[in-house]
Amino acid sequence: MSIPLSYTLRNLATRKLTTLLTAGGMALVVFVFATVLMLEEGLRKTLVETGSPDNVVVTRRSAGNEVQSVIGRDQAVVVENQPEVANGAGGLRLTSKETVVLISLTKRDSDKFSNVLIRGVGQTGIELRPQVAIVKGRMFRPGSTEIIAGKSVAERYQGAGIGETLRFGQREWTVVGMMDAGKTGFDSEIWGDVDQLMQAFRRPVYSSVILKLNDPAAFPQLKARIESDPRLTLEVKQESVFYAEQSQLLANFIRYLGMVLSIIFSVGAIIGAMITMYASVANRTAEIGTLRALGFRRKNILSAFLAEALMLGAAGGVAGLVLASFMQFFTISTMNWQSFSELAFSFTLNLTIIVKSFLFALIMGLVGGFLPAAQAARLNIVDSLRAA
Amino acid sequence: MHFLKLILRNTLRHKLRTSLTVLGIVVAIIAFGLLRTVVDAWYAGAEGSSATRLVTRNAISLAFPLPINYQERIHKIHGVTVISHASWFGGVYITEKNFFPQFAVDAKTYFDLYPEYLIAPAEMKAFIGDRKGCVIGRKVADTYGFKIGDTIPLRGTIYPGAWSLTVRAIYDGAQARTDTSQLFLHWDYLNETLKKASSRRTDWVGVYVIGISDSDRAAEISIEVDKIFKNSLAETLTETEKAFQLGFVAMTEAIVIAIRVVSFVVIFIILAVMANTMAMTARERISEYATLKALGFGPRFLAGLIYGESLAIALAGAVIGILLTFPVADIFSKQVGTLFPVFGITVETIYMQAVAAIAVGVTAAVLPAFRVARVPIAEGLQSIG
Repeated sequence: MSIPLSYTLRNLATRKLTTLLTAGGMALVVFVFATVLMLEEGLRKTLVETGSPDNVVVTRRSAGNEVQSVIGRDQAVVVENQPEVANGAGGLRLTSKETVVLISLTKRDSDKFSNVLIRGVGQTGIELRPQVAIVKGRMFRPGSTEIIAGKSVAERYQGAGIGETLRFGQREWTVVGMMDAGKTGFDSEIWGDVDQLMQAFRRPVYSSVILKLNDPAAFPQLKARIESDPRLTLEVKQESVFYAEQSQLLANFIRYLGMVLSIIFSVGAIIGAMITMYASVANRTAEIGTLRALGFRRKNILSAFLAEALMLGAAGGVAGLVLASFMQFFTISTMNWQSFSELAFSFTLNLTIIVKSFLFALIMGLVGGFLPAAQAARLNIVDSLRAA
Repeated sequence: MHFLKLILRNTLRHKLRTSLTVLGIVVAIIAFGLLRTVVDAWYAGAEGSSATRLVTRNAISLAFPLPINYQERIHKIHGVTVISHASWFGGVYITEKNFFPQFAVDAKTYFDLYPEYLIAPAEMKAFIGDRKGCVIGRKVADTYGFKIGDTIPLRGTIYPGAWSLTVRAIYDGAQARTDTSQLFLHWDYLNETLKKASSRRTDWVGVYVIGISDSDRAAEISIEVDKIFKNSLAETLTETEKAFQLGFVAMTEAIVIAIRVVSFVVIFIILAVMANTMAMTARERISEYATLKALGFGPRFLAGLIYGESLAIALAGAVIGILLTFPVADIFSKQVGTLFPVFGITVETIYMQAVAAIAVGVTAAVLPAFRVARVPIAEGLQSIG
C-alpha cells in the first residue's frame, strides 16, 4: 500500500509561503526556458514559411544573401529560359528577376535608424509568393515610383504607411499598398518596380532570380546544369533552404544563449527545491518514523517525497507556462546578422514547447527532491521516532 | 558583540541549508555579472569611439558605397585634419564560424586616426611596403595563432575569389576597451584587383573616417560635409563615430533588452530561494524567538537577528560570486573568441552584483522579520515548527 497523495498535498498546503516561493523560483526558470524556445520557434516559422519548396533562388556563388549577390542581365536571361520553369496563367513564365538593396529608415517611436530590405520585383513577383496578400490599398503600378510596404515595416517606420512618402535615390516614392505576408520575412520588406528601383539606385544588375519549378523533383537536375554552366557564376538553392540558412546564425545564437541560461538558472531553482525538501524531511522525522512503524515501506516513503518534489515542479511548470504564454502578444524585431536587414518575428507557442517546458520543470523537481527523499527513506524507525 | 556572535551561530546551525543557499547566490551572481558583461560588450564599439572622429556613409544605407573622389573634397573643409576611408571586406577565414571584421583601408592615413592602435614602427613600415600585407589585432593573432609573416587565406563573399594576405603587423590596444579583433588590408590592393577583373565596383569606398581638430565643431562639420554632396548621385550622412556605432547597437537592441531583462530574472529566482530559506529558518525557530522575547529582548532585536543572518548569507554568496566571475568570464571570453571584441568586467558590474546581493538579502528577510517581531510570546512558545 502506498502513502495517499492527499498526505503529500496537505504537506505542501501547510507551508504555503515555502511552497509558493519554491514553485515561484521554478516558474521563472520555466518562463525563461519556454520563452527561448518560443523565440526560436517564431524565428524558424518566419523564415521557413518565407520560402516555398517548389521555388528556387538563384544568387551569385558564395554571396550568402541576396544583398551581396550580383547577377548580370546576360546571366539572368540564361536562368530564365531553363526548361524546368513553370508557366503561369496566360503562358507567362514564372520567374522574377529581382534587385534587393538595404535602405536605412527611421523608426516611428524613436529617431533610430535601421536597415530595411527593399525588393524590386517583376510582374510575376507576387504570383510566385502566394503567402503575400495586399490587405490595404493596391499593388504598385509598373513603371511608376510607387511602392508597397510589408505590415511590420508600415507600422514601425516613418514614411512607410499608406499614403506617406519615402525619399531615396533622388526621388520621392509613394506608398500605395500594405502587404500582409502572414508573418513571413516579406512582412519586413518594401516592394517596388524592379526597373524603377534599379535606375534609382544606379544599379545595372539584378540581385537574384526567383523561379517556380514545374515539378519540384526536377530541382537537382536544374541545379547541376546551372552550376556547371561555364558562362554562369551562380548558385542555386531551394527557397525554403535559402531562407532557413539566412537565419542560422541568429537561431543558433538564441538557442545557445537560451540553453546556457536555462541550465544555469535551473541550478538556482533546483537548489531551492532541495532546501525545501530537506526542511520538509527534517521537520517530519517523527512522522516518517510513525509511517514506517505503521508498516509503510522505505520505497513508499521515497515515492511520497518524490511526489511532493514533482508536484512543486509541476506547479512551477504550469505557472511558468502561463507567464510565457502572454509573450505571444509580443513581436521582436532585430537585425539579422546574415542579411544585415531588420527582421520581425514573434514568440510562438506550440505543443512541443509546452511538453518540453513541463518536462523540464518536472526534472528540476525530481533532481531537487531526490537526495532529500532518499535521506527520508533511509531513516531508521527507532531513531526517527525519538526525534520528536 | 554578542549580537554578531548570535547571528553567526544561527547562520551556521543548518550547514547544509546555508551552504546550498550560498551556492545558489554564487551561481546567480556569476550569471548576473556575465550577462551584464555581455551587454557591455555590445556597447564596446561605442564606448571606444573618439569625439574627434566623424564617419561619413552613403545616405541610403551602409550597403551603398561612396566614390573615392569625395576624399579630396571633404579634406578641404576647414577643421578637417585627417581623412581616411574603410570598406567592409567580408572575407571568411575557413568557415563562417571564425568571424572577425576585415576592412580595406587607406593604409597611409587610417592609422593616424586611430592612435589607440599601437603598432611598432618597423612593422608599420613593413605593412606599408607590402601591398598584399595586412595588420591584425592582438586578439585575432591570439585566437587563431597568427604570427608575423603568416599567410591568412580568406574567401571573399562581397569580393568573390580566394584572397591571401600576409601578416605584416600586429597591433595592441592602448586601453582594455580598444577593439583588437580586426584585420586591415590595403584598399589599393583590393581596388587594383577589381580593376584587373574589370569590375564596375572600382574606385568606391565604404565609409570615410574624418579626423577633426575640435570636437565642439563636430555637428557643424557634419552638416557641411553632407551639404556638399546634397542632390548628388551619392548623398552622404555624417555623424560622430559614437552615433555611428550606437546605430549598429540600435539594430540589435531587442537582443540587448532581452539579455538585460533576463539578467534581472536570475536575481528574482535567487530571491525566491533566499526568501524561502529565511522563511523556513524563522518558522523553525519561532519558539526560540518567543523565549528571547520573554527574556525581554525587543522586536527590533529579533528583526535584527533575522536581517543579519540573511545579509550574512547574501554577502558570503556575493563575495564568492564576484571573485569567481573573473575566471568564468575569462573562460567564456576564450570560448567566443573574436565574436565579442572586448569582453571585460567593469567596476560598475561589480557594484551592481554587490547591490543585487544586498537587495536580495534585505528583501528575503522582510516577511520573516515582520512575523517574528509580531508573534505573541504565548503563541510562539506553543509553536512546534
